[in-house]
Amino acid sequence: MCLAVPGKVIEIRDQEGTVDFQGSRLEVSLLMTPDVKVGGWVLVHAGYAINELDEEEARQTWSYLREAGLVEEALPNGGEADEPGGRLK
Amino acid sequence: MSETSKVSVKGLPDMAEESYDTGFLEDAEKCVVLAHGGGGQLTHDLIDRHILPRLGNKQLNPLDDSAVLPPSINGMVFTTDAFVVQPLEFPGGDIGRLAVCGTVNDLAVMGATPKALSLAVVVEEGLELACFDRILDSIAHTADEAGVPIVTGDTKVVERRGGDGMLITTAGVGELKAGVNLSLSSIRAGDKVIVTGILAEHGLTIMSVRSGIEFDSNLRSDCAPLNNLVDSMLEASKGIRFMRDPTRCGLAGVLADIAEETGLGVRLHESALPISPLVRHTSELLGLDPLTVANEGKCVVVVAADQADALLNACKNHPLGKNAAIVGEVIEAEPPLVELQTVIGGARIVQRPYGEELPRIC
Amino acid sequence: MNREAVDQLVAGISETAALLKRSIKIMEVCGTHTVSLFRSGVKSLLPQNVEMLSGPGCPVCVTSQGYIDAACDLAVREGVVVCTYGDMVRVPGKGGSLESRRARGANVQVVYSVRDALKMASDNPKRKYVFLAIGFETTAPATAAAVMEADRLGLKNFFVMTAHKLVVPAMELLLAAGEVPIDGFLCPGHVSVVIGADAYLPVVERYHKPCVVAGFEPRTMLEGIACLLHQIAAGECKLENVYSVAVEGQGNTIARRLLQEVFVTAPARWRAMGELPASGQVLADKYARFDALNHFGLSIEADYDPPGCLCGDVIQGKSHPDQCHHFGRRCTPMRPIGPCMVSSEGTCAAWYKYNR
Repeated sequence: MCLAVPGKVIEIRDQEGTVDFQGSRLEVSLLMTPDVKVGGWVLVHAGYAINELDEEEARQTWSYLREAGLVEEALPNGGEADEPGGRLK
Repeated sequence: MSETSKVSVKGLPDMAEESYDTGFLEDAEKCVVLAHGGGGQLTHDLIDRHILPRLGNKQLNPLDDSAVLPPSINGMVFTTDAFVVQPLEFPGGDIGRLAVCGTVNDLAVMGATPKALSLAVVVEEGLELACFDRILDSIAHTADEAGVPIVTGDTKVVERRGGDGMLITTAGVGELKAGVNLSLSSIRAGDKVIVTGILAEHGLTIMSVRSGIEFDSNLRSDCAPLNNLVDSMLEASKGIRFMRDPTRCGLAGVLADIAEETGLGVRLHESALPISPLVRHTSELLGLDPLTVANEGKCVVVVAADQADALLNACKNHPLGKNAAIVGEVIEAEPPLVELQTVIGGARIVQRPYGEELPRIC
Repeated sequence: MNREAVDQLVAGISETAALLKRSIKIMEVCGTHTVSLFRSGVKSLLPQNVEMLSGPGCPVCVTSQGYIDAACDLAVREGVVVCTYGDMVRVPGKGGSLESRRARGANVQVVYSVRDALKMASDNPKRKYVFLAIGFETTAPATAAAVMEADRLGLKNFFVMTAHKLVVPAMELLLAAGEVPIDGFLCPGHVSVVIGADAYLPVVERYHKPCVVAGFEPRTMLEGIACLLHQIAAGECKLENVYSVAVEGQGNTIARRLLQEVFVTAPARWRAMGELPASGQVLADKYARFDALNHFGLSIEADYDPPGCLCGDVIQGKSHPDQCHHFGRRCTPMRPIGPCMVSSEGTCAAWYKYNR
C-alpha cells in the first residue's frame, strides 16, 4: 500500500513539523517540503511529508476532511470533555 | 470452501495435507503465535481445533459472552475473562478498568444483572508500586461506577519475564433478568442492527501508545461499564433479540459471528456508521479499517424492526449512547455474508480480520 | 462527498463501456488501488466488460522469500532488532514468517516509520537495528533520508535491507513481454507524487498505452477510469493526471534527488517473477556500510515456486485470483501459498476479503 494522508502543519522546528490529522498528531519530516508554512497542508507517508497540498483542493479531494469552523458534535472523543462515569484519567 | 478436500487434478502434483510442508505453512501450525490472541480467524481456529475438542460441553459450546447456568442454579449467568493489554495505562483507561468493564459487559449483554466479580492479579516483579496503586484505584472506582462489587480475589507475583507488568483474570456472576431471552437464535431477517456509539476508539487509542508506533492524539479509550445502558435499553424495548460488545475484531467480528451462527446475512450502511473525524482520519493514517478495531464501551444490538426507533431514542438519551445509530439490517442471503453498502452506492464484503491488526502503509 | 458527481461518473463509464462493447482491460499498477477499488465499492459499480487487472504494485507481495528468510536470520541473532512496517510480518519465507519467528523469540519490532528505527538505533547504541526497506518510489525517499541522517549522526548500529522496487521499469517489462492485452494503465497516485506524472511518458510513447494518474479516493479513481475509457473509445493515447492536487509533472524534485544520492538502480528479485533487470534500488557505494547484507555477510537465496501457484500470472495481470486452482481452497489469507494472498493488500487476498 502506498498510503499517504493529508494533514495540517501546526508547528515547525527546522525541518521537522507537527502535523495534525483532526486530533491525532505526528512528528513528520518536512525535508521534502521545505517551503511549507505553519497552517499549510501536506501529504504524509511513513513519517515524511512528500508534497504540499492546497487546503481547499485537499478538502475537495478527501471527503473526510471537515470544513474549518464546523462545530463538532458532542463526541466523547473529540477533545478533553468530561466523559460519563468520571473515570480517573 | 472446504480446506480439507483432496482434489486431484491432472498435471498438478498430489498435495496431501501431511506431505505439503515446504515451510510455507505458518508456524501457527506448531506453536502459539500472537495472532492466535487477536480474536480473528486464527483465534477461532485455535478454539475450534484445540480447545473445544478437549473442553467442549453443552454450555461452553455456544461460546456466548457468558454462560447461562442450568435451571437448578436459578438463571445465574457466569463469565470469565483475561486481560493482557500493553501498555498497562493508556488515555481513557488502564488494565484494571478494562478488566472490570469487560466482565460486567459480558454479563450485561446476556441480559443479566451483574452481581459480583472476582479478580486475580498476576504481577511481574519490578512493577512500580505507584502504578500498581493507580490501577487498583481505577479498579475500585470502576466497580463503584458499575455498582458491582469485587467480592473475592487473588494476587501472585512472578519473576520478570516478557515485561508485561501485570495480567488480570476475572470472573463474574449475574442474574438473568426475568422475561429476557437474548440469543443468536432469536435473530430474524428484517431485524435492525444498532451500534451504541462511535466505533474504533479503544483499539486506535492503544495503537497510538504502542511502542514503535506512538503518536500524540486526542483519542481516548471508550472503556466503560455498559450495564446501566443495557438496563435502559431492555426497559425501552421487549424486541431486542441479541446483544454483544464488539471488542477484539470490532463490529466486523460480531457481525461475522451473527452471519456464521444464524445463516442470515447482514447489510451494513457505510453512511450510517458512527465514526468520528478523528477516528476516520487516524484509521486512514494507519491503514486500518474501523470496522475491525476493538471497542470497550459499545454494544451491538439486534432488535425487531418495528422497535428500532424507540430503542435508538432510549440509547441516545443515555450518556453512553449519545452517538448511537441504526447501521444496518439482517437479511436473507445465500451465502450468509456481511455486506457493506458504501457511501458511493457500491458494495463490498466485510469479514472478520485475520488476527493481530497492524498499521499497513507501504 | 458529492454523490451526484460520483453517480454521473459511474453513468458515464457505463455508457462508454456499452458503446465499446468488447472487454476492456485496465491495469491498476498499485496494490493500494486494488484495495481502494474494492473497499470503496467502486469495483462493484463498474460494468461487466471493464476488467480491472491487478499489476505488480504490491511491494509486500513481490518481496522474495529469500529476503524474508534473510530477515528472519537476522532477527534471531543476539543483539539484533529487525524493524519493519506492519505489512511485512506475515509474509512467509521458506522457514516461516517474521511473525512466527517472533513467537519463537526473534526480535521483531513493528514501526510506523523508518524514523522510529533510526531513533531506536540512536537511543540504544549497544544493539544493532536492521530496517526492512521495502516499497516503491513513494517509500524509498524515506529510506534515503534516513540513511543520510544515519550518516550525518555517524551511527554504527543502523542498517537497511533494501528491496525497493521501481514502478515504471516493472510496467515496461510487462509490456515488453507482450502477453497481456492491457488497454490502459491506472497509474499509482502516491508513487507519482515522487516520480512525477511525466515518468509514464515512455509507456505512452513507446508502447502506445493510455496512462492516467489517479489518487485513491473513490471519486478520483472513477475519474481516472472514465478518462481511460474515453481515450480508448476515441482511439487516443496520452498521459493524463486526475490527481493534480498532489501530483505534478516533475514530481517532488527533492525526493528524486534523495533517491539519486543514496540509491543506484540494479536488478531486483520479484517474487514469482524472478530477477528483473534495472527494476530495483540498492545503496550506492558511498552508503554501502549501511547495507545489512554487507555488514552481516548474508546473501539472498533463490525462491521456491510452489506447484500450481498462479501468483506470477496474477501479478502480471494474466489471470484473476479465482482462476487459480488453489484460491479459496488450499490458499487462503490464513494459510497463504503465494505472495498475492500473503499481504491483505495483495490481489488474491483482496478478492478473498471483499469479493466472495
